[in-house]
Amino acid sequence: MEITVETARQLRITEEEFKLIQEKLGRTPNFTELCAFSGMWSEHCSYKNSIKWLKTLPRDGGKMLVAAGEENAGLMDMGNGFGVVFKIESHNHPSAIEPFQGAATGVGGIHRDIFTMGARPIASLNSLRFGNLADKKTQRLLGGVVHGIGHYGNCFGVPTVGGEVYFEDCYHTNPLVNAMSVGIVKVGKTVSAIAQGEGNPVFFVGSATGKDGIGGASFASANITEESTEELPAVQVGDPFQEKKLLEACLEVIETNAVVGMQDMGAAGIICSTAEMSAKGKSGMRIDLDKVPTRQKNMKAWELLLSESQERMLIVVEKGKEAEVLKVFEKWDLPCSEIGEVTNDGLLKFYMHGTLEAELPAELLVLGGGAPQYTREYTEPKYFEKIKAFKLDSVADITDLRSVAEKMIQVPNIASKRWVYTQYDSMVGANNLSTNAPSDASVVLAKGTGKALVITVDCNSKYVFADPYTGAMIAVAEAARNIVCSGGEPLGVTNCLNFGNPYEPEVYYQFVKAVTGMGEACRKFNTPVTGGNVSFYNQHPEGAVYPTPTIGMVGVMDDPAAGMTLDFKNDGDSILLIGEQQNDIASSEYLHKIKGVEYSPAPYFDLDEEFAIQKFVASVIKDKLINSAHDISEGGLMVTLLESGFNRNKGFEVKADDTFRKDAYWFGEAQSRVVVSCSFQNAAIIQQKAAAAGIPVTIIGKVTSASIKINGEDWGYISAWKEKYDTAIEKSLE
Amino acid sequence: MKFGIVVFPGSNCDRDMQDALRDDLGKEVIMLWHKDKDLSMFSKEDCIILPGGFSYGDYLRCGAIARFSPMMQSVVDFANKGGKVLGVCNGFQILCESGLLPGVLLQNANRQFVCKNVFIKSEKGNAWKVPVAHGEGRYYADEKTLDELEAGGQVIFRYCSESGKVDMDANPNGALRNIAGIQNKNGNVFGMMPHPERCSSALMGNVDGKNVFKLLGLN
Repeated sequence: MEITVETARQLRITEEEFKLIQEKLGRTPNFTELCAFSGMWSEHCSYKNSIKWLKTLPRDGGKMLVAAGEENAGLMDMGNGFGVVFKIESHNHPSAIEPFQGAATGVGGIHRDIFTMGARPIASLNSLRFGNLADKKTQRLLGGVVHGIGHYGNCFGVPTVGGEVYFEDCYHTNPLVNAMSVGIVKVGKTVSAIAQGEGNPVFFVGSATGKDGIGGASFASANITEESTEELPAVQVGDPFQEKKLLEACLEVIETNAVVGMQDMGAAGIICSTAEMSAKGKSGMRIDLDKVPTRQKNMKAWELLLSESQERMLIVVEKGKEAEVLKVFEKWDLPCSEIGEVTNDGLLKFYMHGTLEAELPAELLVLGGGAPQYTREYTEPKYFEKIKAFKLDSVADITDLRSVAEKMIQVPNIASKRWVYTQYDSMVGANNLSTNAPSDASVVLAKGTGKALVITVDCNSKYVFADPYTGAMIAVAEAARNIVCSGGEPLGVTNCLNFGNPYEPEVYYQFVKAVTGMGEACRKFNTPVTGGNVSFYNQHPEGAVYPTPTIGMVGVMDDPAAGMTLDFKNDGDSILLIGEQQNDIASSEYLHKIKGVEYSPAPYFDLDEEFAIQKFVASVIKDKLINSAHDISEGGLMVTLLESGFNRNKGFEVKADDTFRKDAYWFGEAQSRVVVSCSFQNAAIIQQKAAAAGIPVTIIGKVTSASIKINGEDWGYISAWKEKYDTAIEKSLE
Repeated sequence: MKFGIVVFPGSNCDRDMQDALRDDLGKEVIMLWHKDKDLSMFSKEDCIILPGGFSYGDYLRCGAIARFSPMMQSVVDFANKGGKVLGVCNGFQILCESGLLPGVLLQNANRQFVCKNVFIKSEKGNAWKVPVAHGEGRYYADEKTLDELEAGGQVIFRYCSESGKVDMDANPNGALRNIAGIQNKNGNVFGMMPHPERCSSALMGNVDGKNVFKLLGLN
């Protein structure tokens, strides 16, 4: 078979990249070798169009125990001798084609990234985006994705403790499925994804290899078209039971101290794990591909290299300690085969029945080595003109506040996601402290460490669409605010950057500005970006999705019993607004979903003001002055008040300041605002502290036993409002 | 009274049960591996627990494979000699599959996995808040068996509302007669879908699980 530019093109390698390969290799690669480049130089594995900008993020220092990108997931010091390992990753493209398996294997993949480092996953979260909920296709995708996440996570036995679900038309063809996993490990007990020590054996553990997921990495690096639906074999199939055994066995095998390095096989399968482990250890490997257990006959070398069959691990073992390792995998009935050994020539040599099928320098394949890094053009998107043209005065103010409020709590982006989260096991592990004590972020007991972790995923992509720079800052700020309002201290970030086609300058503009804003906010909150994932090509012939840089943030709570909850507790408690009201309805759910205006600027936001507000909220929680804290986000003040009342069926009496527009006062989404409740006496203390700190605080009303009174008007019982809020999505699905 | 917890491949509530019994109830706990079969360290006064999870993946019928494990053969002998056995969630399914308890657990009526706090009550007691988390928890048996269970006082828990009312609104899975848990005729084998081990510590904000252990005489 003659290898030409055309062969390369079919493998999604550009002409320019093909020439680069020939030049660096000093010859034309054979087909198997070209396939290796196809996987490793794909956007998904190489970050070729993103790495230049990712390097501008705060990526080391502070409490980070490894720099970003060094290992499979981020690792930070949480104190008391423990590290927290966390990462978020996308599985958008597979989920668009086969929602159940796509989402399930997304969950499986992210957990593997955590336990391959020696950490036990203790919590998972997800961020999901779909098209219009009224659409049958969306309902099918939603059902499949939720079922897939539940199927895998519930069986694997890690609680799904939090997440977010949004419905916007732009995600109709390209749903987003981002899964996050968080684990804990003793500092010094982590395992590195490294191959070292000439002659050390290389073991292949877990499921047999099939033809599923071949080309998955390069599949995820292209737009979704009509033909994509014919790429079903590029979607992997998951087996959570196998992964549960793999988890227990891997953690047990680490205890033997026989493990030199370990890496899971995810995107680009065997070629990726062998290349990355070797490049990291400045070593090479000699692999006999015919020794890899397969579930299909006559698999070719290139198929074995690229298969993305799930639940597989590559482990380098210290020579002479093979028996200890084999004993553990035998106990767990997991197939374990020695498939090769570590060499010191920096070369990856793959054999089939004694014939050399591919010989490549490991370094040439990987990010930071031979993989290309591009600088892309970007230009301000044309739609910005429409955003700049928005005039608040052109929107008539609300006349019937109550009927708008009733509509708002039933908008799918605001209504309860009960239908979704009750399908996830949120309590396995008996560590989810939020089950009976809800707060803005999820509070998870990290058993054995003496501490709790406070975790959230956040991104309002409509804000990012309106203003990528500010919108990304808001995503970071909201994540930090949620953690602070729960009583935690923000520690670090993992990000999942979901964008359209990077070769389109307007899309790339969104990417550049979002990463810049994210970096600025992360520096302000001292939350470094420990790693994550870039997903480009979330695009279809009609255009790209909203730029969606999902933020996964982890915080720490030193005393697990010292959390703050979001629900009103006592009749008569004062309700305080910390932060300032604004005459602003820009990019709000109200403006978009009720008034039908899609183009408006990002809501009001000031990074320094946000930081000061969070510091103040943290101080009143620490001083035990408040009984609840809930930040204002989608749906504005009204939705925040209602949500604060739902858990204990508490009502409230609040009177608006009529110097503001009604829509802005009740439904505006200006940032940096938090609603807290406290005793009458403490309200005075808080006001004094606020005055001294220069923080705006207003008493806006009080908690009541069950009924709602707005501007003196009786709005009925909170329970009736809760019923509407709880059942809106369920009714849409009937 | 000491406890043994059987760990099957795919068990995922084994550690939670261990934590609850050891840390919250102060009990001695021994973890038991499914491939072993030695239960000689346990007497009739002790209790073997089959924890929740997805034993052997549950790709066949839930619990259908676990019943054939070496350890389960010993557990059946132990139960038949009067030893106490408690199966929670997947453990309940295994007890039904192995014939130690009558009936079966079918897929939930709405065909969805459900995880949430529910309320359960014994024949005379108050409603307790205990979480469920299962896809196949709809208790089913023929009418005759159900009548016998009721007549023999073998229904230990029913799903109810917070105020203790037993009705379909309070039933999370469509279980017949709202059955959440049963015991055998001799009163030494217990099976239940709700998870008492998930609500036995004050830090979790719910200690109703302790009441469950107490009611079953396992405290």
